[in-house]
Amino acid sequence: MPTTAGTGSQRLRYAAVLIGLLSGVSRTQAVDVDIARGQRLAYDVYKGNCLACHQIPADRSAVSLADIGPPLLRIRERFPNRAALRSQLSDPTARNPQTVMPPFGKHKILTEEEIDLIIDYIYEY
Amino acid sequence: MDRTRPAHFGIGDTTRLSNFGVFAGIELRHSLLVATVFGLALVLSASFSALAMASPVEDRGRIVEFFEQRFPAIPLDDYVYGALIANPGGREQYEKIMEFPPFLGDLEGGKKIWETPFHNGRGFADCFSNRGHNVVGEYPYFDETLGKVVTFENAINACLRTNGERELAYGDREPMGLLTAYARTLSDGMRINIRVDTPAALAKYEAGKNLFFRRIGQLNAACAGCHLYNAGKIMRMEVISPALGQAAHWPIFRGGEELMTLQGRFRRCMEQMRAVPYGFDSEEWNNLEYFLTYLSNGLPLKSAVFRK
Repeated sequence: MPTTAGTGSQRLRYAAVLIGLLSGVSRTQAVDVDIARGQRLAYDVYKGNCLACHQIPADRSAVSLADIGPPLLRIRERFPNRAALRSQLSDPTARNPQTVMPPFGKHKILTEEEIDLIIDYIYEY
Repeated sequence: MDRTRPAHFGIGDTTRLSNFGVFAGIELRHSLLVATVFGLALVLSASFSALAMASPVEDRGRIVEFFEQRFPAIPLDDYVYGALIANPGGREQYEKIMEFPPFLGDLEGGKKIWETPFHNGRGFADCFSNRGHNVVGEYPYFDETLGKVVTFENAINACLRTNGERELAYGDREPMGLLTAYARTLSDGMRINIRVDTPAALAKYEAGKNLFFRRIGQLNAACAGCHLYNAGKIMRMEVISPALGQAAHWPIFRGGEELMTLQGRFRRCMEQMRAVPYGFDSEEWNNLEYFLTYLSNGLPLKSAVFRK
């Protein structure tokens, strides 16, 4: 049953966090927390809402069939320059005036910090 | 005040998505076929744009051609099914639900309003030719005397006015929504026939077209961005409906219950684009409805329908 499995995997995750806490791997945890924040922003329909247009195939919890934009994968290879990726999120019309991608920074849909968190998250996949 | 943006939102890109007169955007790079067809149009429009705007007939022709290339297997009449043309499973589900639609009671309520006589003994049916059967396909039309676009809802209110009755609020589910929902079923199957015959009518059509292609709101989106260039693609989990046929199937009952008119959908769209919506019966929306319904010329009107 999916519900039970979900609860089970949640328990495992809590256990992993607890073990992490006990063994004091705080640096990794801080990074994980940031990636989770970026992930939430990417999913949030009022924030990044990335899944409205993109699939994120390597992130199994990213539920989307969208095919408006290209799938977000190997972003670190495609955008090795973080500043270029940041400017793509901030104002994609600068690169392509006809794009339907919203100018997240320019139109203040996301703050600079939120854009950075989303980049941290998307670089993981 | 610039109503196309949220009031708190002073900055923004005022550019438009390219319309079919200057169709050189994203799509050309993806499709050689489209490029070949539209390349010629592009050259022509570039040379003639200073002389004349594309006529409504040409606009519609290009848009039909665009969709024929994108969905070669879909017959033109099927565009009245909206997003269901790209969702066979959804279409099957739709057909089953439409065998006994959950909104029959609502239409019954609309019928009661339609048939209730005015104080002078006359009724809505007396205001329309053919007692209101097979008329909706000619709305909206441009009225030369009034100098504006007249929607079917305007005609309902004009009917009330000439009979000394109180007019109905636009955008209300009841009575206007239910009344027009029922009245539109009397034109089910009628081929849409919108005319743009005079320079004054063309100006309203152009105003509607301009809004359709204009980027608005915080998301910097245009109607055309979704319903033309990305029609049939999937946004998160749902297929995006095509502009062609879009004006032909109102009202919809979402989830079988929530009555939504075409202008109600304009409102929802503009909210989702994070723009300040124009009002029901605003000149902007009436012109947009004029343009959008013109695109569906020749298609069979479908009313009322279920949507998920």
